Amino acid sequence: MSFDDAYQALTDHDDDARWAYGTGFSDPLAGVPTALPEGVDGADLAAYCLMIGDDALILSHRLQQWVTRAPELEDEMAIANIALDLLGQARLLLTRAGEAEGAGRDEDELAYLREPGDFRNVLLTERVDADFGHLIARLLVFSTWRLALLDHLSASRDPVLAAIGAKGVKEVSYHRDYAAGWTVRLGDGTDLSHQRMQAAIDAVWPFLDELFETHDVDARLAGVAVDPASLRAEFDAVLAQVLSAATLEMPKAVEAATSKGRDGAHGEELNEILAELQGLARATPGGVW
Amino acid sequence: MVSAAEVAATVTDPELPMLTLAELGILRDVRETGDGVEVTITPTYSGCPAMETIRTDLLHALHDAGYSQAHVRTILAPAWTTDWISDSGRAKLVAAGIAPPGPAPRRAAGPVPLVLGVRDDDVACPRCGEQSTERLAAFGATACRELRRCPACREPFEHVKEI
Repeated sequence: MSFDDAYQALTDHDDDARWAYGTGFSDPLAGVPTALPEGVDGADLAAYCLMIGDDALILSHRLQQWVTRAPELEDEMAIANIALDLLGQARLLLTRAGEAEGAGRDEDELAYLREPGDFRNVLLTERVDADFGHLIARLLVFSTWRLALLDHLSASRDPVLAAIGAKGVKEVSYHRDYAAGWTVRLGDGTDLSHQRMQAAIDAVWPFLDELFETHDVDARLAGVAVDPASLRAEFDAVLAQVLSAATLEMPKAVEAATSKGRDGAHGEELNEILAELQGLARATPGGVW
Repeated sequence: MVSAAEVAATVTDPELPMLTLAELGILRDVRETGDGVEVTITPTYSGCPAMETIRTDLLHALHDAGYSQAHVRTILAPAWTTDWISDSGRAKLVAAGIAPPGPAPRRAAGPVPLVLGVRDDDVACPRCGEQSTERLAAFGATACRELRRCPACREPFEHVKEI
């Protein structure tokens, strides 16, 4: 279908199936084989897909909240693009979780109808950004970690996870470069931007350790899941490279946040996100829009 | 009757309507079986919001050509790469003022290397042909494009990013 100009494309609404905005998408894994790899427990695989799927879903939502609030139009587009990539990864992973669980739940049901305590995202993803520097610090940490994770995941024994990993690597490489670029620009900028970027890096540090803790689910899925502890060296090397170029200090070891997002123990911030994310779906059960 | 593969090959991409799905490299296979037609497509990016439209457009085109039993299947692996954009697709991008991608990055074994600073300056301007242009933003109107500017003709333009 082609249009002579953008306005024509926007006003062409004769076919409702053309765009979907909220629920009722067709299965993003339509036609991808759904079998589980031999010897893998479906409940474990589902739990793992929720862990790394919820990370993407929740951070995507936080990034979407920057739309209309970014400092420049170009950054607004960048943030929205990154959010869209993560939402795409979340859709694939939640769909895979539903299949592995085998209880008939699809991506919509998992995204819109779970309680906060059933979300498995790391705490880093649900925080509120105090300013653009905090957003960049969080994105730098998250995308550096996730890029390493997806890269290792591309060798997973589960062909679906391996495909999601290989595809995600291409996307998250751009996310990391974007965050690293801004970290350097702000860190190696004016006295004020340097000071604020350092404060942002310091603020995100207590949330690092959770990223690298081996969960029971990770341990039971050796060869299928990626052991996050194995990603620390690569992560540290990239962070050291970026912070050095940005003339920023690597924070000293700090006391880690005690709550465990991977076990469903979240902050109040997640409730706020879910109120926004789930409100419409819960108010109109079965509704599609 | 026109073959199902020929019908599917005429369907265009909703975001880059100057290209067919085949030229973009996302139409991976069209097979006529005893039961009907099975079309295989792959997304450019995980979050590509056009997949729904692409699926519908393919089914409409096939139905209109008399293939009532058609279905569209998604594959994720191997992941799409801009290297799959055909030569005719690249020529059409240039004609539409969009710089086509260069070769996709080839990675050595080991961690994905960090790129600090600009990836490359040697994207030619699709309007005036100037060889060296500057990047304005790594993300554009769709996931697959970035924004650049030509220092010679001063025009901004889009470039399909290599992935």
